[in-house]
Amino acid sequence: MFDLTGKCALVTGASGGIGGEIAKALHAAGATVGLSGTRVEPLEALATELGDRAHVLPCNLSDPEAVDALPKQAAEAMGSVDILVNNAGITRDQIFMRMSDDEWQSVLDVNLTSTMRLCRGVMRPMMKARWGRIINISSIVGATGNPGQANYAASKAGMVGLTKSMAYEVASRGITANAVAPGFIATAMTDKLTDDQKGKINAQIPAARMGAPEEIAAAVLYLASPEAAYVTGTTLHVNGGMAML
Amino acid sequence: MSDVADRVKKIVVEHLGVEEDKVVENASFIDDLGADSLDTVELVMAFEEEFGIEIPDDAAETIQTFGDAVKFITEAS
Repeated sequence: MFDLTGKCALVTGASGGIGGEIAKALHAAGATVGLSGTRVEPLEALATELGDRAHVLPCNLSDPEAVDALPKQAAEAMGSVDILVNNAGITRDQIFMRMSDDEWQSVLDVNLTSTMRLCRGVMRPMMKARWGRIINISSIVGATGNPGQANYAASKAGMVGLTKSMAYEVASRGITANAVAPGFIATAMTDKLTDDQKGKINAQIPAARMGAPEEIAAAVLYLASPEAAYVTGTTLHVNGGMAML
Repeated sequence: MSDVADRVKKIVVEHLGVEEDKVVENASFIDDLGADSLDTVELVMAFEEEFGIEIPDDAAETIQTFGDAVKFITEAS
């Protein structure tokens, strides 16, 4: 089950907690992985850890030209891009009434527009190959909203609409497009929270704990696999029951 | 019939699964040959590959019929 031998996967935000685990899971299943992100050091460290079949592909996702060039660079490094995981994302939280144009635009640019550009860049070879997997990492807040995150929530909801529309268009060509919507996941960011803060968060989660990055990676691995060929246009919520959608 | 037209016809027949005699000068890919919009994109991709040319999106939109395709490719290659 879930054998990705011979497949090549491009993962954005691979320097982060969730992206790194996604890359590891796909790699462990036999895929060649392209590790993209802005910070080169952690990408190099991850590539070293993974050994063979790992390529470092730095990219600044707020630079449209760099984003447009990434699919080609990835295909040159790996031979193809069969699996695209749009995981990179930023937050610039602010209550809506105070939200500046820049806070809005920068989050939309990185989270939504770069996702669109990368999807567009990989679509043509996937169409020719009659096989492709696009997995966009959305968020629970794209479905539920969250105070202080109008920009982030809009970008994550936008990813779901984008995913569904693409899924319609290319389903007959063997390409699936799906979203994964994590709830609260324990990463370096949540480690900084106090026990009291963590307790309050956990009280909202039926599973009574935060998720692990590995649990997001497992969802991505499934959607990337040949076994998930009949699953497209869906959003797989991985949130410990925090929102049952 | 020119060499270009033969090669274009072969691609259209293979890709859309239509009878060769249906692929005439004025045959519209969408209205007469049963293509959907994604098929037309794929036809353009196949033409680009076969003839080693680049067909920009705005030009691709003007290629509606078999005749359009032959004309464009003849001029471009």
